[in-house]
Amino acid sequence: MGYGIRLLIWGNYACFTRPEMKGERVSYDVITPSAARGILESIHWKPAIQWVVDRIHVLNPIRLDNIRRNEVGSKISEAKIKSAMKGNEEDLHQYPNDDRQQRATLLLRDVAYIVEAHFNMTDLAGPEDTTEKHYNIAIRRSRQGQCFHQPYLGCKEFPAMFRLLDKDEMIPSVYHGEERDLGWMLWDLDYQNNRSAQFFRASMKDGIIDVPWIKKGMVI
Amino acid sequence: MSEVIQNRYEFVLFYDVENGNPNGDPDAGNMPRIDPETGFGIATDVCLKRKIRNYVDIVKEGADGYDIYVREGGVLNLQHKKAYDHLGIKPESKKLPKDKELARQITEFLCSTFFDIRTFGAVMTNEVNGGQVQGPVQLAFSRSIDPIVPQEITITRMAVTNERDLEKERAMGRKHIIPYGLYKVEGFVSAHLAKKAGFTEADLQLLWDALTNMFDHDHSAARGKMSSRKLYIFKHESVLGNAPAYQLFDLVKATKKDETRPARSFYDYHVEIERDKIPDGVTMIEK
Repeated sequence: MGYGIRLLIWGNYACFTRPEMKGERVSYDVITPSAARGILESIHWKPAIQWVVDRIHVLNPIRLDNIRRNEVGSKISEAKIKSAMKGNEEDLHQYPNDDRQQRATLLLRDVAYIVEAHFNMTDLAGPEDTTEKHYNIAIRRSRQGQCFHQPYLGCKEFPAMFRLLDKDEMIPSVYHGEERDLGWMLWDLDYQNNRSAQFFRASMKDGIIDVPWIKKGMVI
Repeated sequence: MSEVIQNRYEFVLFYDVENGNPNGDPDAGNMPRIDPETGFGIATDVCLKRKIRNYVDIVKEGADGYDIYVREGGVLNLQHKKAYDHLGIKPESKKLPKDKELARQITEFLCSTFFDIRTFGAVMTNEVNGGQVQGPVQLAFSRSIDPIVPQEITITRMAVTNERDLEKERAMGRKHIIPYGLYKVEGFVSAHLAKKAGFTEADLQLLWDALTNMFDHDHSAARGKMSSRKLYIFKHESVLGNAPAYQLFDLVKATKKDETRPARSFYDYHVEIERDKIPDGVTMIEK
């Protein structure tokens, strides 16, 4: 794990939606490993590498806020598009006023995290994919604020700011000296396995969550 | 068609409202959205996206490639129900309906037909992965520069809805307004996602036009007077960007000229940008 990276991530709002409460979204108390992986991937990712989140530092107090928005209820129908592509007359538009859902979001505010992560090489790595190369790209991009697309905190409307932490730089957590059980949290989706969700028992000690390794559908 | 954009952008838009309600909160009886802890006003990302869509719809009048997928009911227009055969989808594609390829074609079709899908993305039904478009343009929530003070205004109407209320002669209603609020919104344009969605230089210009003009086509009784005031665009030399977004956003500041008085117009604010601190590789465009 000589190729670890430590990223400071912060933003005004965040919503890491709990899968059991997604009709009216309720955020987890802290960022999930899968959301953290998404942020890393928005900075640098290639099929040759796979990001693994090792630890998450929760720097700011966990505070929640409620926002209700008008949303649309349905998604684009594939059948209709196929038919339109063949030249049939189809109304492809979506009329949000006729298909309205008002949904509340219980979101986090003023969040800041340190994400410690590393990457593994995958089977898709070619001869030119060295760990040094990918590590250097990731470091350079996160230092210069470069990204593939702006990363976000759970939902796209909550952009994430990020910067690389210096070698010895440490930012204290408000939860220092405390221990807290965060319950079962989403670890990530298993994309090899029909995108099944995998969970882990998250506990925060001194503001730090140790993210476990995953093995064959089981988190240990 | 013009080229797909080759640069990353960030932008900051200042817009203001006078005696109106920029974005009602359905949770609070349509009062202006407000951050309960600080008193700052909020407008959601989707609120502005709606206005951008409406603007493009008005300007382009359903021109090829500029259709709007998420439409407002009021503009339902049968002429848009046209066939899309001009795209000339090759029949041989049916021979090899490999799921991935079909999903790609569907995504491509949607992107080339609808401006809002190309810009903001869209989600398509079912398990076919790839039927999802991640749009290059990302908007955050807007926030007011100072705390806002919403007012409730009671109004009367010299008519009633129901016959049985005839003797009452008039009905009373309520409006929520804020006397004045200057809002700031931050946004991002990813060149990489633009490539995937086919978001072109022309689309980008249209987006800037929409941001500058969208309120001029969105007047209503509830909104009062809303206007775009200042649009600062940060253009990075490269696709990936030349500076962190937060550093650029921090360069733009709005401050009240007289702290002791409540602001009632844009001229009560001083909007400035630290030009000398704009990093190398980033140019700033003012609109």
